[in-house]
Amino acid sequence: MKPFAYHQPDQIPDAAKLLASIEDSKLVAGGMTLIPTLKQRLASPVALVDLSKLGNLKGITDDGATITIGAMTPHAVVAASKLVQAKIPGLAALASMIGDPAVRSRGTIGGSVANNDPAADYPAGVLGLGATIVTSTREIAADKFFRGLFETSLETSEIITAIRFPVPLKAGYAKFKAPASRYALVGVFVAKFADGVRVAVTGAGSGVFRVPPMEAALSQNFHPSAIAAIKIDTDGLTSDIHAEADYRAHLVTVMAKRAVDAALS
Amino acid sequence: MGNVIGIGASPKRKEDQRFLTGRGNYVSDIKRPGMTAGAFVRSPHGHAILRGIDKAAALAAPGVIAVLTGDDVKADGLGSLPCGWGISDAKGVPMKEPPFPMLAQGKVRFVGDMVAFVIAETPEQANAAAELLTVEYEVLPSVVGVLEAVRPGAPQLFDDVPNNICCDWELGDKAAVEAAFRKAAHVAKLSLVNNRLIGNPMEPRAAIAEYEPGTDRFTLWTTSQFPHVVRFLMGALVLNIPQHKLRVVAPDVGGGFGVKQFHYGEEAVITWAAKRVMRPIKWVASRSEGYVSDRHGRDHVTEAELALDETGKFLAFRVNTLANMGGYLSTFGPNIPTNLYGPLLGGVYTTPAIYCNVKVVFTNTVPVDAYRGAGRPEATFVLERIVDVAASEMGIDRVEIRRRNMIPKEAYPYQTPVLVQYDSGDPMGCLDGALVAADVKNFGIRKSESARIGKFRGLGYSTYVEACGLAPSRFAGRLGARGGLYESATVRVHPTGQVTVMIGTHNHGQGHETTFAQIVSEKLGVSFENVDIVYGDTDRVQFGMGTYGSRSLVVGGAALSKATDKVVAKGKKIAAHLLEAAEMDIQFEAGKFSVAGTDRMKTFEEIAGAAYVPHDYPLEVLEPGLEEQAYYDPVNFTYPGGCHIAEVEVDPETGTVTLVNYTAVDDVGTVINPMIVEGQLHGGIVQGVGQALFENAVYDEGSGQLLSGSLMDYCMPRADHMPMMTVATHSTLCTHTPMGVKGCGEVGTIGSPAAVINAVVDALSHLGVTHVDMPATPNRIWRLLQNASLPVAAE
Ligand SMILES: Cc1cc2nc3c(=O)[nH]c(=O)nc-3n(C[C@H](O)[C@H](O)[C@H](O)COP(=O)(O)OP(=O)(O)OC[C@H]3O[C@@H](n4cnc5c(N)ncnc54)[C@H](O)[C@@H]3O)c2cc1C
Repeated sequence: MKPFAYHQPDQIPDAAKLLASIEDSKLVAGGMTLIPTLKQRLASPVALVDLSKLGNLKGITDDGATITIGAMTPHAVVAASKLVQAKIPGLAALASMIGDPAVRSRGTIGGSVANNDPAADYPAGVLGLGATIVTSTREIAADKFFRGLFETSLETSEIITAIRFPVPLKAGYAKFKAPASRYALVGVFVAKFADGVRVAVTGAGSGVFRVPPMEAALSQNFHPSAIAAIKIDTDGLTSDIHAEADYRAHLVTVMAKRAVDAALS
Repeated sequence: MGNVIGIGASPKRKEDQRFLTGRGNYVSDIKRPGMTAGAFVRSPHGHAILRGIDKAAALAAPGVIAVLTGDDVKADGLGSLPCGWGISDAKGVPMKEPPFPMLAQGKVRFVGDMVAFVIAETPEQANAAAELLTVEYEVLPSVVGVLEAVRPGAPQLFDDVPNNICCDWELGDKAAVEAAFRKAAHVAKLSLVNNRLIGNPMEPRAAIAEYEPGTDRFTLWTTSQFPHVVRFLMGALVLNIPQHKLRVVAPDVGGGFGVKQFHYGEEAVITWAAKRVMRPIKWVASRSEGYVSDRHGRDHVTEAELALDETGKFLAFRVNTLANMGGYLSTFGPNIPTNLYGPLLGGVYTTPAIYCNVKVVFTNTVPVDAYRGAGRPEATFVLERIVDVAASEMGIDRVEIRRRNMIPKEAYPYQTPVLVQYDSGDPMGCLDGALVAADVKNFGIRKSESARIGKFRGLGYSTYVEACGLAPSRFAGRLGARGGLYESATVRVHPTGQVTVMIGTHNHGQGHETTFAQIVSEKLGVSFENVDIVYGDTDRVQFGMGTYGSRSLVVGGAALSKATDKVVAKGKKIAAHLLEAAEMDIQFEAGKFSVAGTDRMKTFEEIAGAAYVPHDYPLEVLEPGLEEQAYYDPVNFTYPGGCHIAEVEVDPETGTVTLVNYTAVDDVGTVINPMIVEGQLHGGIVQGVGQALFENAVYDEGSGQLLSGSLMDYCMPRADHMPMMTVATHSTLCTHTPMGVKGCGEVGTIGSPAAVINAVVDALSHLGVTHVDMPATPNRIWRLLQNASLPVAAE
């Protein structure tokens, strides 16, 4: 690890100011992704701006039609939240499937969404539920937020403060864990709303994506059998030492069916 | 007489007190005054010519003390890293043995090959400076697979090793095998890959070296399974340091599995460098560094054929293997796929003729060497797989075909056609025990329950034997060993009767401090807590060959047993004097020396006291003191083995294999500590299951990059992969070791891969699947199902 300056502001504007004023500075939330890259000397920011002292970034609120989760809320808190379990059980289940207990206690929803790892779980939940990413400067719809492989529409000194999830009629997540990393080899989130169904896939390609044919079929009939015959094109899917593209494509259908099953149960 | 805890008891492990309370003393815990930090610069290329190294920028970096390269090694006239075995081909031509410089010279031959060593005040400064070193490479194409490496036109690693073949080795009677194949009613054939593995001990490798000018002595602390061997190889053959001027210490070591039983270049470089900079140096590998420098294991490609008569009796077995050696010969490298592989191809069967050819091949990969089981899991996998293939092709039940060919208990000692002679065993007894323990009777019910929920259930057997207790030196010498393989122990009885044992084996998780103390407690009648076991320090322990090949109890324990016998013998002489009796009338039992047929006796403590305060002592005929040493060289290998039964469930929708039951009934000879044996079995089985289902070291052909170079990409077995295991012993006693022990460190790893894969194949056999390569990953199983000859049953 190379030396860096460390800041721990307690106001969001101060944090944003630090980010904007120090070139090559970086936010640190749970540090579960960032710290290992520093240790391996893959990244070497000159300054870290720690979000942990910012007052209102932690916690979950019920706004009736939506649930808002503060950016600094750890995965374990979301997984154990009675509120999330009652209103969006699929999201609580998703959080419970991330990493291991240590990672779930430190890692945050804001960090996960900002990082947009192609195999991370939260992006599937955020896109599948059509959530809104609330930042220090604006609100961004999930459909406009994720830009493929570790890319998002966040500006350099923009800070995610919360994610706002509309409460669906039903939602479920199914994850096929990559054998070694236990990130998603393929993870599928399905959510049924009054005006239709959303299906979001993580792990299979270079970034989270939706599957319109499945959404259409499930909007007609919210049952696994409705999508059993829908095959995903292997174009753009990842092939690596863990799984070939056609296997990932196959798993998308299997996991989508299992996600619908989970939503129905 | 105190608290004797002897053979057959399961006391809690003595060493766990310090391990579980964070009070272990590992190499990276050690700090020396004025200590500096070292970092290795490693090749990022699989194969390249070293055009030049510019040290200037690195030397100018903050805190840098020195930068050393292959040119400096050459200038100091240092030796090449030695190989401990010299094998030969059928005509007696010795293997090709190109030099293995401790820092690369002229060329790099694998990603991770060491190019330079940077010494700085702190680890951060050393790492930062290492990044600044300018190394000019002329990149060459890499070859990483054995099949590719022997093809005409393949990249050549060494100018004088044509086709990258180190040795074309063979064993067995080729003509007899060919004759038997001509008579065969059936020939089963199998092509398979034994996947490359990476050991991943919990503790990465580390070393500290220090030179004391006042005494002209070097000390190396290193994560080693065999410090005396490191002292010999490094001192005598690489650095030209006299043995008495070199101390090697292997303190607490966090797991080895073979990875730490080699003499590594890092050890030689850091020891040499410590004198050059006149400061102690510490180096601790990162996990990533371990992936590209810890010796890898396995990596075979094999064609096997089994000839049978019409009743399913094995007539002959023929095996052709290409074995990957990596970029250089490591300490035991060429011995593993040859001498530890071919002689095991007889298994527990009466196959009369066996022939094995192994081409040992260089590639642009990390050198390959022993990894838990070393050669024997590979042999067991080939044999136990092809037995299943033959059974299925001939329509004979898999258990039945094994029974028809098994060596009956009465036939021991049994001479195989591949050098080894098994002294004892009862494979049929192990099989019978395992069939019951695994509830094979009711497997059909379990299979239909799985089918009801759309899963395929399979059962797999592995009835196997291994050779361990490495090794009879005379035998090993004939096969090419350049050293001996005995063990030594000193039993030092203190004036107050407590005992310190100095032993040449090394404990890095096996529980020696407990097992060996039990042997002493039993044999000398002293309290278990009054026995300490010292190992891992060449200044404290007389000599030793270390721990590997399930040898510690078998060879080291035998030396210890002999040394305690000598203590008792001397004690009898002292007692005879004190009790005014004839020596032949003195009996020793339960810690008391007594005159036969009388109640006159002296306790062990009284005898120890008399030996050190010899006021009343036979000084004319006996030296004071009570300390004895013994060396033991085994007359044969030991042959543990047994029957493993794996039960798996396959989810045809995703290809996921779940291990649902695992049963092992093993013959490990006398059991000293049942709890420790069970633990060794558990750990060994998990490692074998890891190979069968999860682990795979994958290189990119062409670039030579290791694609599975982290825990994110190399799948280790985890606790939640495992069912509760049923582990039991069915022991026959070894006829030639002092206590009848056979060893248990590797059996789990040797028996299990075949059992698991046989179960997976069984689960899929109704679809026409006849073989599954390891690891049986979900993707691989799904692919097989896609290509299966029969449709997948509906959900
Ligand atoms: C062993 C292990 C296993 C894991 N397994 C999984 C898994 O199965 N599934 C999964 O989804 N993830 C997994 N993760 C990742 C984990 O979920 C992390 O928590 C997550 O990726 C990053 O969250 P963090 O809070 O730790 O962020 P950090 O590491 O602190 O930051 C990550 C990045 O996001 C930026 N950032 C952080 N917070 C904000 C914010 N509020 N606004 C803008 N930018 C911000 C940082 O600058 C940095 O670039 C695993 C991690 C580990 C170490």
